[in-house]
Amino acid sequence: MQKKLILDTDLLDITIRRLCQQLIENHNDFADTVIIGMQPRGIFLAEIIHKKLEQDTGKTILLGYLDATFYRDDFRRRETPVKANETRVPFIIEGKKVVLVDDVLFTGRSIRAAMDAMIAFGRPATVELLVLIDRKYNRELPIAADYIGKVVNTLTSQRVLVELEAQGHKQNKIWLINKD
Amino acid sequence: MSKLSQKHLLGIKDITPEDIELIFETADNFKEVINRPIKKVPSLRDVTIANVFFENSTRTRLSFELAQKRLSADVINFSASNSSVKKGETLLDTVNNILAMKVDMIVMRHASPGAPHYLAKHISANIVNAGDGTHEHPTQALLDAFSIREKLGDLAGKKIAIIGDILHSRVALSNIFALKKLGAKVMVCGPPTLLPKFIAQLGVEVELDVKKALQWCDVANVLRIQLERQQIKYFPSLREYSLYYGISKRMLDSLKKQIIIMHPGPINRGVELTSDAADSPHSIILDQVENGVAVRMAVLYLLAGAK
Repeated sequence: MQKKLILDTDLLDITIRRLCQQLIENHNDFADTVIIGMQPRGIFLAEIIHKKLEQDTGKTILLGYLDATFYRDDFRRRETPVKANETRVPFIIEGKKVVLVDDVLFTGRSIRAAMDAMIAFGRPATVELLVLIDRKYNRELPIAADYIGKVVNTLTSQRVLVELEAQGHKQNKIWLINKD
Repeated sequence: MSKLSQKHLLGIKDITPEDIELIFETADNFKEVINRPIKKVPSLRDVTIANVFFENSTRTRLSFELAQKRLSADVINFSASNSSVKKGETLLDTVNNILAMKVDMIVMRHASPGAPHYLAKHISANIVNAGDGTHEHPTQALLDAFSIREKLGDLAGKKIAIIGDILHSRVALSNIFALKKLGAKVMVCGPPTLLPKFIAQLGVEVELDVKKALQWCDVANVLRIQLERQQIKYFPSLREYSLYYGISKRMLDSLKKQIIIMHPGPINRGVELTSDAADSPHSIILDQVENGVAVRMAVLYLLAGAK
């Protein structure tokens, strides 16, 4: 198994800072904006970004977690069902500007499911997508991210591994893994 | 990734503690779903489920049907009282005819113990037992345990007394299996005529005095006196039963401790439970009903999802 480092701790830190600046440019004081992290892995990034944005703007920003398991299009098509996680959206997203946060954008199918899941909480004014890693050439649906940490050219057989301190790892690092 | 160890839910006896934990974790998520403004998810949109009820039921059937609809499944309902069963069709023929119409899952209640097990040997669709005679009622036991877990946390070491007609109760048997698998301590309490002879072999304590049972337990699951199964007289009169085994609010208050009262319904008010006890803050009877939908959604979702 070959591992290649895509983003180390420092670069990742700079990247997240840049993403936050881009968000602030577009959303000013976040009065009508909510941040929603995608379960299971996008929530850690969402928490980091949320904390940083609150520090930088001095405002309280709404944060939710969304689990799209029950909206997936591969139910009954895989050997074992995907395990569901907690959804916690303690606010109405009707008319709000939603920033959906996930760690890796791959086929785009989980984002499609997430958009379906989100509608159960109201009709948002706009939806934007923020991802840390955009895996180019692997999209199966017409979905693109609005805020991208880093674009990586990958093969379908490869895997992107995101290690964050919040998930219990020693350092923030992102790897590209070759499966042999 | 997660999967039940079984293709059917025939009884709690057949499933593992890990299965129960998986069902509970999934039910937690569904409980959040059914409290949303839009209480529906599209998971089972390509699944057709037949509710086949050879015995009467309101709560269980409504709960199953609601669970199926919240999961976007297509539902057909069948009850034996207005069907060809009256004309002498066999169980297997009836079910095979339903399956020929491309049905993926069967939820069945039947008066004969073992009927769903027999069916499982002959058909390929997933089967959920919604009560087979006096044998098992797995989803009721799951929702009871889920409701206790919600109030008290982990069930390990908790004391649960099952009070009333243990002999005729499928709820009691499934509850005993489920609670033991989750590490709880179980006691059964009732008049000697309504306690099965070898019940202690299941690893439960037996108590004849209801006051001592209430003194001992954290949770009392009070069962219905099954008036329809009392052809033989098991006790002299309902009045005498309620005098010795009925639970009232005054009794609960005199315990001077936290106690949870459960009842699988329908309640015979004034027999096993007085009205003031059933409606007291001790009672979580309506939580059980709400949790029933979430737990059944979890069971259907997990069974349908496994290839």
